[in-house]
Amino acid sequence: MLQVEHLTYEVIEEGIKTQILKDVSFDVKDGEMLVITGPNGGGKSTIAKLLMGILSMTSGRILLDGEDLSTKNVDERANAGIGFAFQQPPAFKGMTVARLLNLAAGEALPEKTACMLLSNVGLCAREYLNREADATLSGGERKRIEIATVLAKQHKVSIFDEPEAGIDLWSFSMLVKQFEKIHQEKKESLLLISHQERIIRMADRILVIRDGQVECCGERDEILPKLFVEQKGCACNEEGGYGNAVR
Amino acid sequence: MQFDKYTDQVLSQIDTEGFEQKGAFSLRQNGRSLCYGSSDHIKVIPKSDKPGIDLKISGEAKGDWVHIPVVITVPGLNDVVYNDFYVEDGAEANIVAGCGIHNSGCNESRHDGIHTFHIGKNCNVRYEEKHYGEGEGTGERILNPVTEVYVGENSVFTMDTAQIRGVDSTVRTTKVHLAEGAKLYVTEKLMTHDQQTAVSNMDVYLEGPGSSAQIISRSVAKGTSIQTFHPRAIGEAACHAHVQCDSIIMDTAQIASIPEINAKHIDAAIIHEAAIGRINDEQLVKLRTFGLTEEQAEAVIIENFLN
Repeated sequence: MLQVEHLTYEVIEEGIKTQILKDVSFDVKDGEMLVITGPNGGGKSTIAKLLMGILSMTSGRILLDGEDLSTKNVDERANAGIGFAFQQPPAFKGMTVARLLNLAAGEALPEKTACMLLSNVGLCAREYLNREADATLSGGERKRIEIATVLAKQHKVSIFDEPEAGIDLWSFSMLVKQFEKIHQEKKESLLLISHQERIIRMADRILVIRDGQVECCGERDEILPKLFVEQKGCACNEEGGYGNAVR
Repeated sequence: MQFDKYTDQVLSQIDTEGFEQKGAFSLRQNGRSLCYGSSDHIKVIPKSDKPGIDLKISGEAKGDWVHIPVVITVPGLNDVVYNDFYVEDGAEANIVAGCGIHNSGCNESRHDGIHTFHIGKNCNVRYEEKHYGEGEGTGERILNPVTEVYVGENSVFTMDTAQIRGVDSTVRTTKVHLAEGAKLYVTEKLMTHDQQTAVSNMDVYLEGPGSSAQIISRSVAKGTSIQTFHPRAIGEAACHAHVQCDSIIMDTAQIASIPEINAKHIDAAIIHEAAIGRINDEQLVKLRTFGLTEEQAEAVIIENFLN
């Protein structure tokens, strides 16, 4: 289980302190799918980066199966069992897609396995294995390869930061099936940051972040009505949800 | 013939295809020809007037190979060799060259390989050259290759050069002349470290109509090493050329990249690109999310960049 306790993140720019996250606490149980959603700029991606150790928290604790990861660096957290898919993955000049997948898996994958990973995210596998994972690939192609790198290895918790961003509808459907499959197998926990209704509706629990704070967190059926209230033309609603803004 | 362990060690680095004393081959060791042989389509002939070989590739050659490495294991040796390659019309061949120096002494070891290629019409020739240095001595390891290539009508010349590590100083001089319809593909890879210096001057003359050239240079400079690239593409006819220099700079190294394009014909289309930058932090972080340490991630990025 991933436990996040009193997570706070502050930045100081030109002598001015700004609090990006304020006392955020939640957990992700084994085999559970938690979706973090909320308005842009609310701090969702910051949470993901703090969990992976890409950013350093100001205060709080992060525990995975009871092990305190708070002071661990990125690779130590990866080796502890956290997988991470970037919202905007980098390009790698000179590195083939196959090599990237092997590095992600921590072993030389059989061609069939590598092909399957790519097919599962909507890429015509054989065309891509020997291509460079560089800027010659479109943003959507790189994004799908990014997701495949996380799927290449089983983690205790896999974090996907806006997996839907930049992906066409057809590939998105395949991606949803992948998440459903992982979720059904219950072998690993999923933490997805998303604005996509279809992904939000898959969640066991939903966490809503607004202005760096937890607005609400609970079972899907409890939170969904707050998110998708019928209030045409309005981004917020009186119950504290943010209505059509997530659509 | 058995070789000593340093020669074997160096050969394994500079001839990754695997050097064998069969078919067409020539091994030059410590300033003299140690062994050589010819095949049906490739003749290796030692020169009688100066050090080096004439290598004659017949038009019957179709994908034939020849290996011509040079190894220096004696400190203080200054070796100059002249190799001339004559490729008949229609030949298709792969030439694996390269030089490695093991220097365990305090005097500099140096090799200047002066190569001239005369490539006929409708040929396809691939030339691979690796440079490498090793040894615990304080003597410098110096390699100064001079390569001149004449590519005949509608022929393709592919040149892959790599300086892997351990070469203290290198000045590479390359001149290529392209006839009508001739194509040139150059890939140059270079890694320098510590206080090494490397200079690469390359002039490509696109003399014939329809000729084309693609020159890609990728380099990594570490420590306090200094690299200078000066590729020139000179379009003297209706032609296409693309020059691309990408470098990763680390520590307190210095890189100067000076691509030059020179059009002397209204239908000459020549492009150059040059970029120097540090290792991308996002790439490092991404690889670390796979569980690689920062050092491992850096090594993977460099290895793949140069590959």
